[in-house]
Amino acid sequence: MSAEREHALALLGGMIRIRHFEEKCAELYGQSKIRGFLHLYVGQEAVAVGVMQALGSDDAIVATYREHGHALARGIDAGAVMAEMYGKREGTSHGRGGSMHIFDVSARFYGGNAIVGGGLPLAVGLALADKLQKRPRVTVCFFGEGAIAEGEFHESLNLAALWKLPVLFLCENNLYAMGTALARSESETNLCVKAASYELPAWSVDGMDVRAVEDAARRAVVAVRGDGPLFLEARTYRFRAHSMFDAQLYRAKSEVEEWKKRDPIPSFAAQLRAEGLLDDESLAGLEAAADAEVARAVEFAEAGTWEPVEQLTRHVYCERDEP
Amino acid sequence: MSDAAAKTRMISFRDAYREGLREALLRDPRVFLMGEDVGRYGGTYAVSRGLLDEFGPERIRDAPLSESAFVGAGIGAAIGGLRPIVEIMTVNFSLLALDQILNSAATFSHMSGGQVCVPLVIRMATGAGRQLAAQHSHSLEGWYAHIPGIKVLAPGTLEDARGMLASALADPNPVLIFEHARLYPIEGELAADAGAVEIEHARLRRRGGDVSLVCYGGTLDKTLAAAETLAAQGIEADVLDLRVLRPLDEAAILETVSRTHRLVIVDEGWRSGSLAAEVAARVAEHAFYELDAPIRRVCSAEVPIPYPKHLEDAALPQPDAIVAAVREGMAAHA
Repeated sequence: MSAEREHALALLGGMIRIRHFEEKCAELYGQSKIRGFLHLYVGQEAVAVGVMQALGSDDAIVATYREHGHALARGIDAGAVMAEMYGKREGTSHGRGGSMHIFDVSARFYGGNAIVGGGLPLAVGLALADKLQKRPRVTVCFFGEGAIAEGEFHESLNLAALWKLPVLFLCENNLYAMGTALARSESETNLCVKAASYELPAWSVDGMDVRAVEDAARRAVVAVRGDGPLFLEARTYRFRAHSMFDAQLYRAKSEVEEWKKRDPIPSFAAQLRAEGLLDDESLAGLEAAADAEVARAVEFAEAGTWEPVEQLTRHVYCERDEP
Repeated sequence: MSDAAAKTRMISFRDAYREGLREALLRDPRVFLMGEDVGRYGGTYAVSRGLLDEFGPERIRDAPLSESAFVGAGIGAAIGGLRPIVEIMTVNFSLLALDQILNSAATFSHMSGGQVCVPLVIRMATGAGRQLAAQHSHSLEGWYAHIPGIKVLAPGTLEDARGMLASALADPNPVLIFEHARLYPIEGELAADAGAVEIEHARLRRRGGDVSLVCYGGTLDKTLAAAETLAAQGIEADVLDLRVLRPLDEAAILETVSRTHRLVIVDEGWRSGSLAAEVAARVAEHAFYELDAPIRRVCSAEVPIPYPKHLEDAALPQPDAIVAAVREGMAAHA
């Protein structure tokens, strides 16, 4: 297999496994296996998969409460992610965080932040630590366009630009902050214009096109590593409800259907077919591999154990002697 | 005792804090100070004056007026391997960073299953008494002490002002240090070789035996003054300085109450839902039958702290009110 084809199939397969994983999550939610809030990433997979291609193992990720896709794309074990959703001790955060709080320090994956905008200052600090310790790392901070209305967005972009810190601010603009459309919450809906006012480069990319995202992210990461922060807007769309409790009264079904025509998975598959890089057999292989991985993840989570209640207060305070 | 240990010098709280900062910066290259006006201005209360010249702008880092971002950046930098000391100019402005303190610093260790520790120190000035009116006079130590996942320190002595920082930096958890602003210029004797102090226990600052006065931070000197007045009237008070507001040294509280059988709690926070309420509840839960009289509290009046001196004085715990509360308690029951 050519390297080009191998990479293309990895991108497609990466999106398919997130999609299948999350469709299974929705089903498990219906069975009460997963509780609390569950925010699905369906429709936005090209963003996480494309951006992760640009990162090295030393780079850090700060994500939001809609972060299953980011965790999987980062290479965190699907079983550990699923076990976290179940609240089992074998989960990434030993079940204490759930769907919204996936942490994996070994993957430099720092949550899973469920306060909109709350992750941005954290990313600034991780990058400050790298800069002061002269480590050539990048911190990618994912957030939705809703975060742009928060003060922490403005404070953080300013600080990162002022101190030239290696942060890639990755805004996934899916047009709705829960149920509030961008135009109903921002006086200026051109997000790059807002970001650029902090004197950092601000680019926009089609977030439904995984190759475009990867290309932009690779260029962005190079720029950030050399020169300081950059804002990248990925224009995307969430196909499913905000969470499992959302009746979607705020948008027309026809709008969702329009966007589904640009579904990043079938559109990329069609593109690869046209390029002669994908046939029925290899697509079926990717689907089967994703299904098998999801089945194994569910099995792992089902077989997981509950933290004994006696351990309730463990980790409220750090158990390490020396941080 | 060696001659060096026996030696003392006069020093202000302000200078004692600066000595602690300077020592921390000298001892560990991972330590840096970040906050509003900590560098060129020299610190709002002149605590960090001179440190910029000595340690440079990378380590004495002036931040914009973005409390949430620079506190959050401190959290990130701590996770990234540094040992930040974040200065929030005053507790009043810490409310702009409450999201980061409560939703991030306090939760990360537990929420991540113990993966992410946040070894961050946050210093801030607190308290009233300088006619700064309602928005610059809060005492919210009790609020912060409500939060599991952080530690809360309230130095009320020069020894603690000098030595709590080193121990806070050696702790792998987020530690908040509340420096009472009224105390900064106050001078006193401090051992020449003063250094790190433990940050686990309350400390009995005066041993009496007739009544227990429990206080912390900016109420310690007032409580000690009240205890001297009471002594002249024949009432000898224990004065327990809590020092560490979270986790609370319950054993020390129960110990003094079990000896004196009377308790007055002095707290600059508002009475309702105060730290004083927590202390009273612990005693009621665990030492109820030790009490010979009802517990009394001397707290701030439940008003936004007013500007004119006579009203501000009336709003805050004062030695006279502490004396009066003790005398009522002594009279209430033989």
